[in-house]
Amino acid sequence: MGDLWAVYILWLRDLKRYWYDKARFFASFGQPILFLFVLGSALSPSFTGPKGVTFSEFIFPGIITMTVLFTSIFSAISIVWDREFGFLKEVLVAPISRWSIVIGKAFGGSTVALLQGTFMLMLAPLIGVHLSILQFFQILIAMYIIAFAMSGLGIAIAARMKEMEGFQMIINFIIMPLFFLSGALFPLKNLPAWLTALTNLDPLTYGVDLIRGLMLNLNTFPLVYDLLIMLGFSLVMLAIAVLEFSSVE
Amino acid sequence: MAQEIIKVSNLTKKFNKLTAVDGISFSVIQGEIFGFLGPNGAGKSTTINILCTILKPTSGTAIVTCCDVTHEPHRVRKEIGIIFQDPSLDDRLTAEDNLRFHGYLYHMPLKIIDNRIAEVLNLVELYDRRKEFVRKFSGGMKRRLEIARGLMHQPKLLFLDEPTLGLDPQTRAHIWDYILKTRKETGLTIFMTTHYMQEAEVCDRTAIIDHGKIIDLDTPANLKQKYQESTLEGVFLKLTGKEIRAQAGESAWTQWMRRP
Repeated sequence: MGDLWAVYILWLRDLKRYWYDKARFFASFGQPILFLFVLGSALSPSFTGPKGVTFSEFIFPGIITMTVLFTSIFSAISIVWDREFGFLKEVLVAPISRWSIVIGKAFGGSTVALLQGTFMLMLAPLIGVHLSILQFFQILIAMYIIAFAMSGLGIAIAARMKEMEGFQMIINFIIMPLFFLSGALFPLKNLPAWLTALTNLDPLTYGVDLIRGLMLNLNTFPLVYDLLIMLGFSLVMLAIAVLEFSSVE
Repeated sequence: MAQEIIKVSNLTKKFNKLTAVDGISFSVIQGEIFGFLGPNGAGKSTTINILCTILKPTSGTAIVTCCDVTHEPHRVRKEIGIIFQDPSLDDRLTAEDNLRFHGYLYHMPLKIIDNRIAEVLNLVELYDRRKEFVRKFSGGMKRRLEIARGLMHQPKLLFLDEPTLGLDPQTRAHIWDYILKTRKETGLTIFMTTHYMQEAEVCDRTAIIDHGKIIDLDTPANLKQKYQESTLEGVFLKLTGKEIRAQAGESAWTQWMRRP
């Protein structure tokens, strides 16, 4: 029971920090909006994707996934911040199990990411995407699952990082490749073989595919397949994170 | 017969080749203030971190309150409060948030959390500022809030790792007032490290530690008599020498966090 309180309180902490930090809230929309409107409008004329879908519509699921990805990973990485500036000590000496720290953090990060993703999703009418109520809720669930998987990844990385100096490395070598190889910005068909291989290896590919399927009915893989991969990936990542947190020297 | 609240036997901690704590043994009696004095790098923080379950000893045992720190860290954690050498507040939250979170982390009954928040904030004279963000607090206020937090779940044993480091004399005096007042009311046992030898004079007993070993352990009065010094500072310098210690100024915690 006590551990569930710990999960709750770590989740609440992330939400409170999110709520208090209005600047971060607005700043985090800058990049996705730039992608969506500037890149979307600029490339729309030359886009020859699925019939009847503009480039903006096509990348909209990708941009939503990007928002979820960035927010989840940044939230998770804040563990490194806590380690450098102290709060993690308070948590580690508390009578709570190590798994509750990981799960609480994963729920916190993914809830914040879900909120950010939902705000992006509300731009749908501007892009010309019409969603039914059912689709809207299906996409919310899909976003949460993606957020949870990416938070798990972030925590597993953060558990190994000792200081924020490695942060830029994480962006360049993990977040950006995850994003660019996911098919967020291009169709997965007719790619060179090497690129197809890489996109198939990227877990986020299945997240983007899931949302694209739910939103535009343009999925490359069966949706159940996407869903299972995302869930499996979250479990593996969380298990790694819990193991890393449990190792006291 | 006085009860032992901490019992350490042959405790050793090695970091690679460095032996930070070298086979120390001692006991702390329930209700006393036990001082752990030593130069930088002597092994004080490493010992505290082992006693409060965030480091595992290389060998030896430590029983804290009820249980062994290696085998039942969870039960030990419930009984102890810690004020770390480095700050450990969430400065993006308010003072009240920090305390409320602490209450939840320590499984305090919800009904009493609000009362305890008010009590401990009044104790450290921060009640009026409970809604403010911690990042706006001065160093002294942050420390007072940490004291409040450490006492909030009514631990039996409080660890103070350099509790007044970097604070002005006024704040230091206040912090000791809060701690001694609480001790008088609750019979709290205190295990502390400090570099301020006048503060160490309040201890019932002090251990002087250097190079990971306890050199001597006795009441301040006995130590002064034994080494023919009028102050504890004199005793300290006599036992540990006058050289400055080479140490990066990293706490054991930081070392642990940077472990490979």
